[in-house]
Parts: sequence; structure tokens; C-alpha cells
Amino acid sequence: MADDVLRLEKVRKSYNVGRPNETEILHGIDLTLGRGEFAALIGPSGSGKSTLLNIMGLLDRPTSGNLFIEGHETGSLDDRDLTRLRGRSIGFVFQHHLLITAFTALENVMMPLLVERGFPDATMKKRALDLLVALGLEQWQNHPANALSGGQQQRVAVARALAMEPALVLADEPTGNLDTKSAEGVFEMMREVNRKSGTSFLIVTHSLEIARGCDRTIELVDGQIVPAGAVPAAD
Amino acid sequence: MNRWLPFEWIAALRFLREGRMQTLFIISGVSVGIAVIVFMSALLTGLQANLTKRVLSAQAHITLQPRDEVARPLRLGGKDLELAIVQMPLQRVRSIDQWQALMRVLQDDPAVVAVSPVAAGSALAVRGDATRAVSIVGIEPDSYFRIVRLPDNIVAGTVRLSSRDIVIGTELARYLGIGVGDRLTLTAGARTSGALTVTGIFDLGNRQVNERYVYVPLRTAQSLLDLIGGVTSIELTIADVYAAETVARRLQPMTGAAAYSWIATNAQFFSAVQAQSLSSGVIRLFVALSVALGIASVLVVSVIQRSKDIGILRAMGTSRGQTLRIFLIQGALIGLIGAVVGSALGAGGLLVFHDHVRQADGSELIPLVLERSLFVAAALLATLTGVLAAMAPALRASRLDPVVAIRG
Ligand SMILES: Nc1ncnc2c1ncn2[C@@H]1O[C@H](COP(=O)(O)OP(=O)(O)OP(=O)(O)O)[C@@H](O)[C@H]1O
Ligand SMILES: [Mg+2]
Repeated sequence: MADDVLRLEKVRKSYNVGRPNETEILHGIDLTLGRGEFAALIGPSGSGKSTLLNIMGLLDRPTSGNLFIEGHETGSLDDRDLTRLRGRSIGFVFQHHLLITAFTALENVMMPLLVERGFPDATMKKRALDLLVALGLEQWQNHPANALSGGQQQRVAVARALAMEPALVLADEPTGNLDTKSAEGVFEMMREVNRKSGTSFLIVTHSLEIARGCDRTIELVDGQIVPAGAVPAAD
Repeated sequence: MNRWLPFEWIAALRFLREGRMQTLFIISGVSVGIAVIVFMSALLTGLQANLTKRVLSAQAHITLQPRDEVARPLRLGGKDLELAIVQMPLQRVRSIDQWQALMRVLQDDPAVVAVSPVAAGSALAVRGDATRAVSIVGIEPDSYFRIVRLPDNIVAGTVRLSSRDIVIGTELARYLGIGVGDRLTLTAGARTSGALTVTGIFDLGNRQVNERYVYVPLRTAQSLLDLIGGVTSIELTIADVYAAETVARRLQPMTGAAAYSWIATNAQFFSAVQAQSLSSGVIRLFVALSVALGIASVLVVSVIQRSKDIGILRAMGTSRGQTLRIFLIQGALIGLIGAVVGSALGAGGLLVFHDHVRQADGSELIPLVLERSLFVAAALLATLTGVLAAMAPALRASRLDPVVAIRG
């Protein structure tokens, strides 16, 4: 149990609570993600994948139910503690707005370390640079982020998500905006990080290709997890 | 590699740099505002210093004179010293009683810098056929020159004042047609001084003074005014010119004499100065206000433009407080950089003004007063204004819902 990176118990999420247009999007999600797991989250558009991911990533709170990150109960934490836990335990990769364009590639990767504070300068620099080197992007380190191609930017974004050596990386359609080749590159990179460091990944995707490359597939339909072994719905 | 600044500073600097045009325009706007404030402040300081200097060139900060009303005995500092002031019989020129004792008391007062006795009265200056009504000022040169800087304002001769010498103003010299080395006679009532030699001619920058005042040794004035051993006033210089009225009010009961501060005797001048300060203060306030509104509006737009960046930063573990500070720092930097550029512009403008706007005779209209404290104040004020102006946008940024910002 303690080895679970992520555990959800009866998580529900409604929007516009208390108003006439109140709608429940997630209807009691029970889900566990073990350490080192590499999972895909699939499902039709509007099924609540991003909503679920935002809750898992502590960007949003569930309307009811419990969420545990590395064994920590999160419902009682205030905004400050949630932010701290998010910074340390979770890395994000988004589909759009991959990097902050005002910063260089290296600064983007270092940003979570700078935000966290307390790391010696040399450590921060080395860790960020090692990540860029591993991704073959070191020659871009001092370029502004928007000078990089989409695929390069997304790889830098993955590097940034890994900078804090989080237990879990949540990626919301990380390859949705990329051509097939770049998409494969980014996906392979995430697989390799997972293999080498044991970081858990949960990747939201519409691509069956990517879903097949994952160790586990979680399917969300109409705000509910389709039980494992059930016939996957055609997307 | 250089050391990394705290994260908020890096983000603030990079955001400003990426903002290019926006940043450039708002800093220019702030600079212009600060330049106006610096220019006006320095000009006003110069103007006031100039006027004050002119007024004080021939006048002591505080003058003690005999009281008009019935005086009563007065105790000073417990039982040690008792100065009895008894009303004197009416006479043409009245002396201050016990003035030597009074002088000693005043010299020991912490607010007082210099004390000098003066015997003054009216007389006629006679030179051949020409006569002119004058005000005799009988002085002890050593102490008096610490109050009125006559030696600094001598245009001909020296301020030597031995018993048969006299120093007169430029206007009087012209009227009587005399120069250094010439003689003139003073008569007051039935008394006359005998021939006095003009040893110096002064220009105190004030036409009336140059025309009416003549300086003679104290003894000469005393005998001419039938005031042997007496003085008509005690003149004081104090440490803080602008505290003159307060000090005068304090000295009055203490000395039993009537104390007049230069502020009270120049009340009109002071109300003019005050009106000037007030109007310029109002103008500066509104300039500062528009600077603040400018900074606020630019940052509000920036927060909206950067909402996705803010969302990413929040997802990466940036706290609300850090987000708040990123924008407060931007406000502070805009204010500070604007202040530096604006101060340079204002000082430059002042130099140009000083060089090109002159009096008819080519002398400076207003002295150039560029105090470091003005620039420090401008920088502090602009930085503070920037921070305050950034408050609303920064709060807005810190309250952005990262989910909404990222979905954007
Ligand atoms: N802030 C919100 N207020 C109201 N409804 C919302 C809000 N955010 C999302 N929704 C609704 O919740 C549902 C699930 O949205 P979500 O973005 O989680 O779907 P998704 O599975 O990620 O879809 P996609 O594959 O298109 O990204 C949608 O019907 C959406 O309209
Ligand atoms: Mg989605």
C-alpha cells in the first residue's frame, strides 16, 4: 500500500456546485497507481480525463472522495501545502503551452528547482544540464524556449517535469500537437526515463499506438473507469 | 556561471525583458513623470533657498528688542538668575536692560549659534550739500559678521570698522556720490558724529538695504544715539533657520524681551512660499498618481497575457506568494529604473534651464540645487509607487486558478 504513488477513493467531481447547471463529471473513481507504473489513460473526448488528471496533480480538488499522494492524505492540506507537495512529488507535461517562452531552455528545466529553493546553484545547473544532455538538447540550453521546434520543446518540457525527480509524471496529451516522428521521440524518452529511474507515468492519450506502448491502460468513459478486462470501447 | 537570483527575481526580469515594447513604453512614461517631479522639486528648492538667502542677507534669524508693554520681574532657571525688567522713562531710543547678562544666557542656549548686540536708530547722512535719511546700525564686527555676512558682500574696500569708520551700501554711495576713502557726517537730533571715513561699500542684494543701512562701530552709534552702554536689540543666528518662530516664542518669556523671528517679520513672503510649495506639491502628487496608474494598467495587461505562464508556474510548485512577488518586483523595477532615468532627465533639464534662462544681467535666475537626497527620495518613492501600483495586478495573478489558466 505504501508503495502506491497515487490512490483515489470514490473521487467525485462536479462543476458549478450549488448552481442550477451543476453537473457531475467524475462519478466515484477508485484507482491506484503503483511505483514505477507506466500507464495510459484513454477515453472519449469529454469523458473527464483532464479533469481527473488535474485532481491527481493537486491543481484541482475533488468535490468528494479521497486522494493520496505517496501515502499522504491530501484533502486536509491547505493551498500552500498542496503547492509544495505538487512541486516535489508531481511533474506535469501539457499539450499546449509547453514551455515559458520568457526563459531559456535550461532555465525552463531548472525552474522547478529554483521555485523549490534550497538547492545549491551547482546542483541545479548540473541536474538541468544532465537532463538536457540525456535528451540531446544541450546545444539549445541558452536559447529562448520558443526558438525550439515543437518536438524539442516537448522534450524540454519532459525534462522540466523530471527536474525535481518526482514520483509521478502526469502528462495530458503530451504528443497531441506533434507529428508522428516527434511524438515517437518524446514517448520513447518517457519510456526510457521510466525504465531507468522508476518514475511512474500516467499519460492521457487519444493514440492507440501510445496506449499499446504502455504497461497498463486505464479507460475512462462518462466519468467512470471501465473495469479491467472489459472490452475496450472503440474510440 | 553567475549565481542564480531568487526565482521570483529571475521570473520578473525575464517577463519584463520579454515584454519589450510594453516595458520600454512604461519605463519611458515613468521616467518622464519622475523627471517632472525632480525638475520641479529642485527648482522649487533653489527658488526658496534663493529667496530665503535674499531675505536673510541683511537680517538676523531672531531679533530681541525691548518690550513695549509694562515689563515685570522674571525668574530664570530657578533662583540662580533674576533679570528684573523695569519700565524705563520714555525716551527716543530705548535700550535693552541688562543686555550683557541676557547675552550670556542666550549664548548658552543650545538652539543659538551666534549672538550680537546692536545699537540702531535713524540719522541723516550728510556730504556737502547732499543729505539722506539712513538707518545706523552700530555693531561689534566680530560677532555681528557671524549673523550678517557683510564681508562676503563687500564690492569695494574692506569691512574694517575702527572708531571713525563707516561701511555704506552701493545705492547710498551712488546717491551721495562718494567712494572708499571719502568722508561723510552723521547727525541724529542735536548730536553729530564728526567726519567718518568710508572704508567699504556693500551690496547685500536688496535695494532698500543698500540705500538705507550704514554700519558703524557700536560705540559710535551709542554716542550718536545718546545710548551710552546700551543696545537697542540683540541679534541671533540659530541652528535651524526654519525653526526661528518656535525659538522666538520660547525665548520671549525667558528673556523678557520682545523676540521677533525673521519668519514673523516676513509673513507675506512666507505665505507666498507656502502657496508655491502647496501648488507644486499637488502637481507632483498627480504626476505620481498617473505614474502609478500607468504601471498598474501595464501590469494588469501583462497578467492577462501571461496567465498560461502563471498556470505552468503554479503547476510546477510556485506558491501564491511567489506569484504575487513576481509581479510586485516587476512594479518595483519599473519604478526604480524609471526613477534612475527620470532623475537623469530631470537633472539634465535643470542644467539646461540653469544655463539658458538667466536674468537680464546674465546672472543666474535660480541657483542650481541638486541634492543627493532628492534623487534618493525620488528612487525610493518611485519604487514604492511601483510596488503599490503592482498590488492589484499581482493579487490577481496570485489568485488565478491554474486549471483555468492552463486550459486557457
Ligand atoms: N471548469 C469547468 N466548468 C464546467 N464544466 C467543465 C469545466 N471543465 C471541464 N468541464 C466539463 O467536464 C467535462 C470533462 O472535461 P475534460 O476536459 O475533463 O474532458 P477530456 O476527457 O479531457 O476531453 P478531451 O479528450 O477533449 O481533452 C466536459 O464535458 C467539460 O465540458
Ligand atoms: Mg483533456
